[in-house]
Amino acid sequence: MGPEQKHTLGETVLRVEGVHKTYGDNHVLRGVSLQMRRGETKVIIGPSGTGKSTLLRCINQLTIPDEGHVWLGDREITHPKEDINRARAQIGFVFQSFNLFTHLTALKNVRIAPMKVNGMGKVEATKLAMTELERVGLADKADAYPAELSGGQQQRVSIARALAMSPQLILFDEPTSALDPELIGEVLSVMVSLAKEGMTMLVVSHEMGFARAVADEIIFMEGGGILEQGPPEQLFRNPQHARTGEFLNKITELYGE
Amino acid sequence: MGFLGFAGEILPTLLRAAVTTLELTAGSIALGFAVGIFLSLGRVYGPLPVRWLAGTYIAFFRGTPLLAQLLVVYFGLPPYLSMIGIHVSPMVAAVIGLGLNSAAYQAEYFRGAVQSIESGQMMAARSIGLSRLMAIRHVVLPQALRLVIPAWSNELIYTIKYSSLAYFLGITELTLAGKKIALHTANTFQVYLVVAAIYLAIVLIVSRLLATLENRVRVPGLGIGRVRFERRR
Repeated sequence: MGPEQKHTLGETVLRVEGVHKTYGDNHVLRGVSLQMRRGETKVIIGPSGTGKSTLLRCINQLTIPDEGHVWLGDREITHPKEDINRARAQIGFVFQSFNLFTHLTALKNVRIAPMKVNGMGKVEATKLAMTELERVGLADKADAYPAELSGGQQQRVSIARALAMSPQLILFDEPTSALDPELIGEVLSVMVSLAKEGMTMLVVSHEMGFARAVADEIIFMEGGGILEQGPPEQLFRNPQHARTGEFLNKITELYGE
Repeated sequence: MGFLGFAGEILPTLLRAAVTTLELTAGSIALGFAVGIFLSLGRVYGPLPVRWLAGTYIAFFRGTPLLAQLLVVYFGLPPYLSMIGIHVSPMVAAVIGLGLNSAAYQAEYFRGAVQSIESGQMMAARSIGLSRLMAIRHVVLPQALRLVIPAWSNELIYTIKYSSLAYFLGITELTLAGKKIALHTANTFQVYLVVAAIYLAIVLIVSRLLATLENRVRVPGLGIGRVRFERRR
């Protein structure tokens, strides 16, 4: 099933405009702009150190951009008066290193935000958490602590943790890069089914098989900016920049299809 | 009269004084815990002035003699406090002095535990919408308090023994009770042997309780029990 058949695209969920970020002398982001419509999946690729992760963090303000604006729906979340915790609650974030809470079981990791942020009751939150764990295929691991789970399972729990807040969109920061090769598939298949269900997803990843299966667009970043973006087939067949083609060839060689 | 007979005779008096030792310990460790938590959080998460203040407090209380601190609290503060109508009993002065001192040490243990928790967990907590305070309360502290138990046991044991300094404020805790008995008998050595045995018993019991607590709240993947070595016979 191609991405064009899976759903009709909705209104704009996320708008990023002219985001700059500098660390010391290092101008990591040089005016990045992008938009996500409801139900879209976009995959960001590019050489390391080009600001992909920084861009994701600037979107939910884990990193404060030096310049530029971010809108979630029609709210500008970079506005100084905006309650950033409320905005973050609506933006899921999946980390490369999972970052589950060590002292909580899988179930408690998933229900903590609905309970503490949304004030949901324990019974209801537990039911919700079980549903989300089922969604990532881990209902049977509800009582396991993170240390008792494989990397792939931990990452799926962290996806369930993000899902539990019914986010407007989910940002994935190299979600499979810390995983052993045989564990990557289980995480990608969860992500594929989320994309097909119509979740809005912005994914930093070099898994081209995933990108070709579900991405509406691939965004190629280099030198702190977006060099080129477009549907996967277009970028693979007819890249506008030589660098894009080169890079796509390189990662296809490394990661396979 | 043999040693055991003598020990049996002085034991009730000493045990009553040991209760005072326990009260001093409990009061000052609790005060030190409450103040220490805020000092450590202030030092790790606070803005610069708060970090500086917490650091100065810790440097001051760790860097000056505990006995001097106790004497200042007992003799130095009451004249000022009585001007505003507050009377400080020796017991209260001792608990405040011991507690404020213990806070400095506990703060450093807490800080170590807080800083050993990966910053990624704080980031994840913020990413799901928890405020910084909520993240500290629900993510950082539950882990830090588990991690700190072994090191914190040291502080509790020190406090049990340092409570003997309350002697200088005229509080008849275990050591002063021993000294009073020793003055009236020729068996100084035997008296202090019994006193030491009581301290040892308290420390052993408290250590065991803390070890039990540590096991109770243990979580896989957190703390020194991260790698479990099975002991084989």
